[in-house]
Amino acid sequence: MDFKLKIWRQEQSSEKGKMTSYSVKDISPDMSFLEMLDQLNENLTLSGQSPVSFDSDCREGICGQCGLFINGRAHGPNAHTSTCQLHMRSFKDGDTIYIEPFRAAAFPIKKDLKIDRSALDKIIISGGFISVNTGQAPEANQTLISSDSVEAAFDAAACIGCGACVASCKNSSASLFTAAKISHLAQLPQGKIEHKSRTNQMVRKMDELGFGSCSNTGACEVECPQGISISHIAFMNKSYFK
Amino acid sequence: MYFSTDEKQIPKSKVPSGELKDKWSNFKNQAKLISPNNRKNYNVIIVGTGLSGASAAASLAELGYNVSVFCFQDSPRRAHSVAAQGGVNAMKNYKNDGDSIYRMFYDTLKGGDFRAREANVYRLAECSAHLIDQAVAQGVPFAREYSGYLSNRSFGGVQVSRTFYARGQTGQQLLLGAYQALMRQVKAKKIKSYTRHEMLDLVLINGVAKGIIARNLDTGEITRHTANAVVLATGGFGKIYYLSTLAMGCNGSAIWRAHKKGAWVASPSWTQIHPTCLPQSGSYQSKLTLMSESLRNDGRIWVPLSKNENRKAADIPEEDRDYYLERRYPSFGNLAPRDIASRAAKERVDAGHGVGTLKNAVYLDFKDAIEKQGKEAIAKKYGNLFDMYQKITGINAYNEPMKISPAAHFSMGGLWVDYELSTNIPGLFAIGEANFADHGANRLGANSLLQACVDGYYILPQTLPHYLAQSGKPDPINSDDPAFIESELKVKKQLEEFGEINGHKTVDYFHRELGKILYDKCGLSRSEKGLTTAIEAIKNLRKSFYTDLKIPKKIDGINEELEKAGRVADYLEIAELMCIDALSREESCGAHFRTEHQTNDGEAIRDDKAFNFISCWQKSDHGPVLIKETLDFEFTTPTERSYK
Repeated sequence: MDFKLKIWRQEQSSEKGKMTSYSVKDISPDMSFLEMLDQLNENLTLSGQSPVSFDSDCREGICGQCGLFINGRAHGPNAHTSTCQLHMRSFKDGDTIYIEPFRAAAFPIKKDLKIDRSALDKIIISGGFISVNTGQAPEANQTLISSDSVEAAFDAAACIGCGACVASCKNSSASLFTAAKISHLAQLPQGKIEHKSRTNQMVRKMDELGFGSCSNTGACEVECPQGISISHIAFMNKSYFK
Repeated sequence: MYFSTDEKQIPKSKVPSGELKDKWSNFKNQAKLISPNNRKNYNVIIVGTGLSGASAAASLAELGYNVSVFCFQDSPRRAHSVAAQGGVNAMKNYKNDGDSIYRMFYDTLKGGDFRAREANVYRLAECSAHLIDQAVAQGVPFAREYSGYLSNRSFGGVQVSRTFYARGQTGQQLLLGAYQALMRQVKAKKIKSYTRHEMLDLVLINGVAKGIIARNLDTGEITRHTANAVVLATGGFGKIYYLSTLAMGCNGSAIWRAHKKGAWVASPSWTQIHPTCLPQSGSYQSKLTLMSESLRNDGRIWVPLSKNENRKAADIPEEDRDYYLERRYPSFGNLAPRDIASRAAKERVDAGHGVGTLKNAVYLDFKDAIEKQGKEAIAKKYGNLFDMYQKITGINAYNEPMKISPAAHFSMGGLWVDYELSTNIPGLFAIGEANFADHGANRLGANSLLQACVDGYYILPQTLPHYLAQSGKPDPINSDDPAFIESELKVKKQLEEFGEINGHKTVDYFHRELGKILYDKCGLSRSEKGLTTAIEAIKNLRKSFYTDLKIPKKIDGINEELEKAGRVADYLEIAELMCIDALSREESCGAHFRTEHQTNDGEAIRDDKAFNFISCWQKSDHGPVLIKETLDFEFTTPTERSYK
């Protein structure tokens, strides 16, 4: 397969960026999207040009490090799929593919397609944990937790912290990310004690970091590679205003 | 000869005296302590924020020490522990199926083919139960029965159910627990987190670890960091095979640079080749994805009986299938340990029975399980794994069997550590996969998350303070000490040199070539002839790396090719030591299978008379020096490992 690529190039945060055209040839449909970019980068490097900077690490959809805006969608055309799990068989031979970084005021571009997502860590630092020291824990089966509660908590805990929800939101809101952590911990008995203060701290931190508000468009849920539901946002808002 | 042997140096394992079950308590009873008020006067550097690094950092900070953590990722939560799928072992005996600390200890020791220290392995089993308590308290959503009690499943190499799991994302959930504990201490200002920083050198002052040199991967800035102790929690180096289940950034540089400063590396060639991964489909491939071992609880592994089988899997009747694990190892069947399952797959593929377009895979079939338990039950247990399989291959595994094949996965080898997790350099500790300790020559499934957590939550927080307390009052460390300046200059010079080569090949080219050599000659099976060929090939490849590499010259700012060049330069040296290590061990044990040492039906022959030791490698100007830590089996008798 052959493709035309239009890729966002930006030397560093302080400089202006622009879309640049490239073409790649003889791409196997079984190749992953990032392997296609690897091939482009090897060719750019050998010809003395600067390779395209992009993030990736585990390449199996769980570390959350990768994340590209492909043809106007976070992580590309497929539902519940992170960029590293996207394969070229999802495109047609001869397609032109537009590749941009995740964009949000709270996610400054570092270089090309690489962004700074440390704001997400800051939200967790503000209260996204259960305050238990090593050694304090009681016997694990002492507190029984229904299978349904645990599964519901897991659905929220599955967040990989990629930031696709922020990039897809017209307000650049981190509500889905924040709500998922609040909801994960609140659905477990051991997380309930700090629930109110955790919610207040995390929501305030999210606002302070320059993320926008949620206006319930649902775009985040559609693009979330883990399929995390926006119902968690309703739960977060209810908890915050209680 | 590729190496020399020093019989005079005897490594001090520091195993406490007493009965096996009392050793860890005896250590704790006698360990020196630092009072709560004084702990704030000590700084600890931890490199790596996976399960072992994050749990150690959080636990030490909770005790009151000042901790700095470093990771190359953009967040500590992305370390590769996140990708572990199937579960974590712990001795709770919730199933009432005969489990005990001793049984878990013995399973692990036997699984490792009796090439680990008894006392270490016992402690791993002993501390396992607490880990589940801790993780649950942090909010890790382990699977539960409908009654609300914790659920378990089985993993390879054991006959009890002691594996706790959170769907197929156990590593992610445990790591998030440790990460959140870490972030809590960042908030408390007890931990300073340096993300996007890569350690490029270890700094010793008067032979004692006192800090590191790190590079900021965003700005290119090289910085000096001082500490009273340095902990390497940098994971495994299986990515040396290029195609592996590891993340793109996983590397062996931190431990290798510590080795160059004098730290011993133990058994570097002992690499676990995991049996259930997705097969390679083309030369462009950058990694091989793991499919959790838990799938072997319900999936049956087979290949066609006939070499020239052209029918689809579903059209091949039972009598034309060879369920080779069930045939060869009837008592463990599809849950044979990883080394055995991988070797058996290779044997069938090499014999011409492989399936798939490249004939390099075997079937993992869920047809029977779906018929018996229903699709819904299978989806609940493995749904995300089936989804992942479909995303990568485009195939629905509910309708046809998965195709799987072995891939490089876990480094049993690593920095040698004593019972206190200290390397032979005072003040330098190694935890988690970065060390060689508990798994011997083969790691059992679901023991990796366990070891990382036990090292980080329970062992290091006892042993590191014991070291600090012994070394007296904390002296201020000067980052302008000549040792720091010299290290920094050396690091900068190397970075500049990579850019100046200006040859014709990319870093990835060299990495791929190295991977091919290692898979072929130092992978699932090894021979004297193959290993000596490999050593020469690696030397040539290394030579060519320093004359023909091409990367962008820039050393300030982001330059991924430069980062990779440093890692591959180290891999090209580690690979040679791996081959020498494999060559020196003229026996088969665990993952180390020497073709010269096998029975007529292809089972491993271990040689306890000649090789009952851990190989510790010391760097010298005249090539690697082998130092032997003899294994003392005081409480068990090594037996022939049989899973038949």
